[in-house]
Amino acid sequence: MKGFPGTPTEAPPAHKDDSQLRQKQMLADHYGRLARAGETGEKNVYTFVPGNLTELVRSFDLLPVLPEINALQSAMRGKSRDYIAAAEKAGHSEDVCTYVKCDLGMKKAGNVGPTGEPLPDPDLLLLSYTGCFTFMKWFEILKQEYDAPVAMLHVPYQADGMVTDSMRDYVVKQLRENVIPKLEAVSGKKYDEDRLRGMLAESAKAEDDLVWVLESARNRPSPIDAYFGGVYYIGPIFTAFRGTEDAVDYYRLLRNEVATRVERGLGPITPEGELGEERFRIVVEGPPNWTDFRAFWKMFADEGAVAVASTYTKVGGVYDNGFRHDPDHPLETLADYCMGCYTNLNLPSRVDMLTRYVKEYHADGVLVNSIKSCNSFSAGQLMMLREVESRTGRPAGFIESDLVDPRYFSHSNIKNRLESYFQMIAQKRSGAAV
Amino acid sequence: MKYCVGIDLGSTTTKAVILGEEGRILGRGITNSRSNYKVACDVALSEALVDARFNLVLQGLDQSGLDETEAADALELLSLRFREQQYRSDLAAFTEAVRVLPEMKNAEAEFREAFDEVMSAVVGEASELFAPGASRRSDFFRDLLASRYHPMAEEVVRKGKVGFNRLVALFDKAILRVENLPPDPGRFAPYAKAALAAIPGSDPALVQAVTAAAGTEMEAVGSVGTGYGRATLPFPKEQIRSEILCHGLGAHAMYPRTRTVLDIGGQDTKAIQVDDEGIVTSFQMNDRCAAGCGRYLGYIADEMNLGVQELGPLACQSTRKVRINSTCTVFAGAELRERLSLGENREDILAGLHRAIVLRAMSLLARSGGVDSEFTFTGGVAKNPAAVEALHGLVKDNYGDMKINISPDSIYTGALGAALFARRGLLNQEKSAQEVVQ
Repeated sequence: MKGFPGTPTEAPPAHKDDSQLRQKQMLADHYGRLARAGETGEKNVYTFVPGNLTELVRSFDLLPVLPEINALQSAMRGKSRDYIAAAEKAGHSEDVCTYVKCDLGMKKAGNVGPTGEPLPDPDLLLLSYTGCFTFMKWFEILKQEYDAPVAMLHVPYQADGMVTDSMRDYVVKQLRENVIPKLEAVSGKKYDEDRLRGMLAESAKAEDDLVWVLESARNRPSPIDAYFGGVYYIGPIFTAFRGTEDAVDYYRLLRNEVATRVERGLGPITPEGELGEERFRIVVEGPPNWTDFRAFWKMFADEGAVAVASTYTKVGGVYDNGFRHDPDHPLETLADYCMGCYTNLNLPSRVDMLTRYVKEYHADGVLVNSIKSCNSFSAGQLMMLREVESRTGRPAGFIESDLVDPRYFSHSNIKNRLESYFQMIAQKRSGAAV
Repeated sequence: MKYCVGIDLGSTTTKAVILGEEGRILGRGITNSRSNYKVACDVALSEALVDARFNLVLQGLDQSGLDETEAADALELLSLRFREQQYRSDLAAFTEAVRVLPEMKNAEAEFREAFDEVMSAVVGEASELFAPGASRRSDFFRDLLASRYHPMAEEVVRKGKVGFNRLVALFDKAILRVENLPPDPGRFAPYAKAALAAIPGSDPALVQAVTAAAGTEMEAVGSVGTGYGRATLPFPKEQIRSEILCHGLGAHAMYPRTRTVLDIGGQDTKAIQVDDEGIVTSFQMNDRCAAGCGRYLGYIADEMNLGVQELGPLACQSTRKVRINSTCTVFAGAELRERLSLGENREDILAGLHRAIVLRAMSLLARSGGVDSEFTFTGGVAKNPAAVEALHGLVKDNYGDMKINISPDSIYTGALGAALFARRGLLNQEKSAQEVVQ
């Protein structure tokens, strides 16, 4: 990581706005509660981001722990290299998903979480999403490591591009017959549907504000970066806070902040400060790289490139197609949410979404960051890229990196490809004159 | 004479192309890339300016009424004598660089004499090296000198008590210093004069043409840099273009019907799609690994103790297909040694290695959107006949019959694109200036 400008080791402190500081505090409080769980007796559930069941978990007063988030936080703090090395030393192949290896390495190093406080052992492993086969293997390993009970929710893939009644019934049945009883057993509390309904109503409020924020990128200049900045915006809603008052407050604060930026005609805030002229509007497909996150963002910001929409910010669930958690149908809405997360959509639906983003957000093109570690995301990306390109007539770009393994982030090569992509857009825009 | 220059700073070589006011190519220059990027650019540019002056000499000869063959012969002879002067001057600089090294200054007389003996042999064969029809390992001073210095050193070592490694260590240190010295911008006239002096009974027309060419003022009015090292070029940001755009435009300028461009350079392979104006519409490059790039061939050449340009012709003599699976440069070396030990024919293995590179390029081409006619192959590897042969076969198998363009100057494609961007920039500036006046 050393040697490149813009990496956390050398860079000046990143600029943070109020909502970011608020979020940081929320996370610190959450990790603090987890660290004290041994004394307070609070129970926790290890679970996944895509289609997560946060409201259901929290309705039992259980605390969610998200190993994916721990892995990416470890990477942002420069710890993933050692964690991955430890997992490889323990026999995990170089080709295994680096989130998994980072998580296993973190456990071997004492299971100290991103804030420097220890994480409790899981009271339940809730495998809430089976669209990623690696998740199953991941929790098989965690089950061996911790000898914790497992609740598995099988989530049918939207192979035909829609959720049918039988798919929904199938998921609801599993929630009733398998997931809820296990949550009851771990928490010692009965399932309280009214409490769940109340939380789902809170979720919908926060979701309205999140969608407003994401759609603010239709403005010129866009007041937000919907990929790099976007990962902060989705933090609370995709992790441990959906359905809480904290999340509602956070999203209201964020919305007001962004509304002010729109009124003033300002562009996004980046870690290096305010973005200058908005030169390129890009839709990004695929997760970001976390090991060199700030340097990666800077490569866009230095060229005046703003992500106006991204699919990664739909990884936990998709809201901008109109979905909101519905308190009147609590388990059905959770089922729909689970099955509607981005990687559970079939390729034609993903192409439709990207095409819509390019058009609605007046983007210059789609850029794919193809991730070595993540088959759920990467399979089919080249086909998607060609299809979106032909439907929109806008040039597409393709780069390759990884989630949390710094060995697969080739700084100068990625910068080179990005510059070429932006220059290609500029050339195409002005024809042969430039 | 006003010119625009494009410089392509690649990982292996640095190229310069200069364009005249009407957009015609005046000259091309190339040198090996080195640690001091600025010097590499200056050397490439100075070589392009020398080339431009040679072209002026040729024009002068044409105007003098000399017939085409005579003019070409006279120019070739002049060029060889000129290169010899240049080589001698570089040898003097090299000798001087060695003399000031502490290990030379403090060395015993025997060692100093051994070095002198090596250099005297190297200098002694300079004329022969640049005789008409003579072959040279390379035209880059570093490689050319290495190809003469090392065998001479071996001979001297055989006679005396001086160690070979000590003599090679002198070479390694001094060559770096010499390579990173800036070129002398005014060298054309004295070298050309010395070259003329070395050709007894020169045609007065040649003397006149050389004098006129040497006296022509050359003024740079625009420049654009590209290539892997472009960020370090001594140009402002707006004068730097991605090599993708430059290769696209350069290929379009060479072959206007180009739709797909493949460039295999030292450390990257680029598959580029362009429209009918040379505007890039899509591209793919290797990202996480440089397997199957030009350096692969350089490494194989080293493994086989051959010059890189000797590989292709050898591979073309293959009679049997050998499948090489690995495009990893290091693994390919291992595979090569194993195949040799199994008794496989060297030419067949080399053909397999070339096919492996091209297969890798085919995958990038597929990712970028396939191959459309016309298909233009550029970069250093396009000079390799075995790579070209493999490409022809694989393109035909996968995409059918297709017109494939390969220019003898394909290595300059990126620099040409850069020079065209420089010229466009200049024309746009002039246009805006005129608009302001109006």
